[in-house]
Amino acid sequence: MSKAIENISAERIAYLKKMKVRRIATWILRLLIVVLLFASWEIAADLKLIDSFVTSQPSRMVKTLINLYTNGNLLLHIGVTCLETVAGFIIGTILGTIVAIVLWWSEFTSHVLEPYLVVLNSLPKVALGPIFIIWIGAGPAAIIAMALAISLIVTILEVLNAFLQTDQDKIKLVETFGANRLQVFLKVVFPSNIPAMINALKVNVGLSWVGVITGEFLVSKAGLGYLIVYGGQVFHLDLVMTSVIILAAAAALMYQGVVLLQKKLSGGWFNHQP
Amino acid sequence: MSKNIVEIQNVGMKYQSINGEINAIENISFSVEKGSFVSIVGPSGCGKSTLLSIISGLLKPSSGKVFIDGEEVTKTSDKVGYMLQKDYLFDWRTIYQNVILGLEIRKNLNPENKDYALNLLKTYGLYDFKDKYPSQLSGGMRQRAALIRTLAVKPEILLLDEAFSALDSQTRLAVTEDIYSIIKNENKTAIMVTHDISESISMSDRVVVLSKRPAVIKNIHQIVFDCPNRTPLKCREHPSFREYFNLIWKELDVHV
Repeated sequence: MSKAIENISAERIAYLKKMKVRRIATWILRLLIVVLLFASWEIAADLKLIDSFVTSQPSRMVKTLINLYTNGNLLLHIGVTCLETVAGFIIGTILGTIVAIVLWWSEFTSHVLEPYLVVLNSLPKVALGPIFIIWIGAGPAAIIAMALAISLIVTILEVLNAFLQTDQDKIKLVETFGANRLQVFLKVVFPSNIPAMINALKVNVGLSWVGVITGEFLVSKAGLGYLIVYGGQVFHLDLVMTSVIILAAAAALMYQGVVLLQKKLSGGWFNHQP
Repeated sequence: MSKNIVEIQNVGMKYQSINGEINAIENISFSVEKGSFVSIVGPSGCGKSTLLSIISGLLKPSSGKVFIDGEEVTKTSDKVGYMLQKDYLFDWRTIYQNVILGLEIRKNLNPENKDYALNLLKTYGLYDFKDKYPSQLSGGMRQRAALIRTLAVKPEILLLDEAFSALDSQTRLAVTEDIYSIIKNENKTAIMVTHDISESISMSDRVVVLSKRPAVIKNIHQIVFDCPNRTPLKCREHPSFREYFNLIWKELDVHV
């Protein structure tokens, strides 16, 4: 390693320096955009260029945030929404993968069910909301069901599609050793599709958020979606804006979590790709 | 007289699909002596690979029978090892983990067999690479690792299905030389399917020439070179190589 450093050419040093400057500049500009946005928003509201009653104002959002926090409600609302999302995400992923495995296993079943999957996939799942509320009751369970409804079918289709596109010759290879269907799945189909499945997870996180917020819009007593709807109904835009920004932060964090998981899971052979 | 390890009797294969029936091969019969190297050549799409799949037990023939060591083939046999067109080493496994794949599937992963696999890696110069991943190896080394994966389950018969066709022509000559010497060294019987006439002559004791679909046997050539310690490259330089080539070329009746 140290030997490599000694052998670095002048061009290489210049190149590395250039890349470093570029990286720093990128981050400064990114920060600048958000600071400028909020600053001009604040000033425009102060100068009455915009009506802060309908647009809210960063300083008022901070006050709302502190208020929520001192009431002890902030963490409750964030917690409820995150919990529902994580539950929907995990159940959706596991259930979706299991159904995909069953459909992969039996080509006939998959062929029989194909039109139903197509219909369910194109149906706007929000329409199912009232049904869930009546069947399951107005509570977190109905909201998780909503998240599932939105993410499940997509997961099934994505994972099944990946399974079906496994290299047939790799399957033939293990079959020449006498592999049965379970071994074909465990030795070839599952491991060769881990990257595809993680990509499905990434899509799934986003869909779970959509499902949970939709569910909370329809029926809820707590959660960020509840705050947004409630704030809208009483024309309390500070609450709406604050909640949206918290939501954005939480969703971004969870997405990063999946990206981290991807790096960890595929750490071994993924790094050895040419 | 040497014993025939593989007997193929009146084998025929018809593929069924909604659009119709395809008669791939018809009434194929030949036998393979223990320890010999037999090639099957024929025009592309004539059903050579189908024949190999039937011998391995992956496919059930529509008619006829295949016997290995006197036993009728009904499913994949432990006596048969198969080599495909590409190495198909799994990217997510190390070379060693790839090599023991067959043992894992056959649930034969005992210390003795693990040692055998490690010894094969040692003998054929891949021991130092056993913990590397396939993408870190050259094409020739990957092909060798694939052969070791097949040899690790101790097959008596090797089936090679266009096993070198994914390699560039220089590598192909070197790998052919390499794989041939390993097969001879391990005393295996081999049946190879190829579209390359030179390759088939250079490696085989016998060449089976198939017609176009539905494939029947046009002829079976005994290939004899009076050269000691024959290798594929030596054979290619031998005077009678041309004669064999012209003979088979005419028989294949290639039209563009």
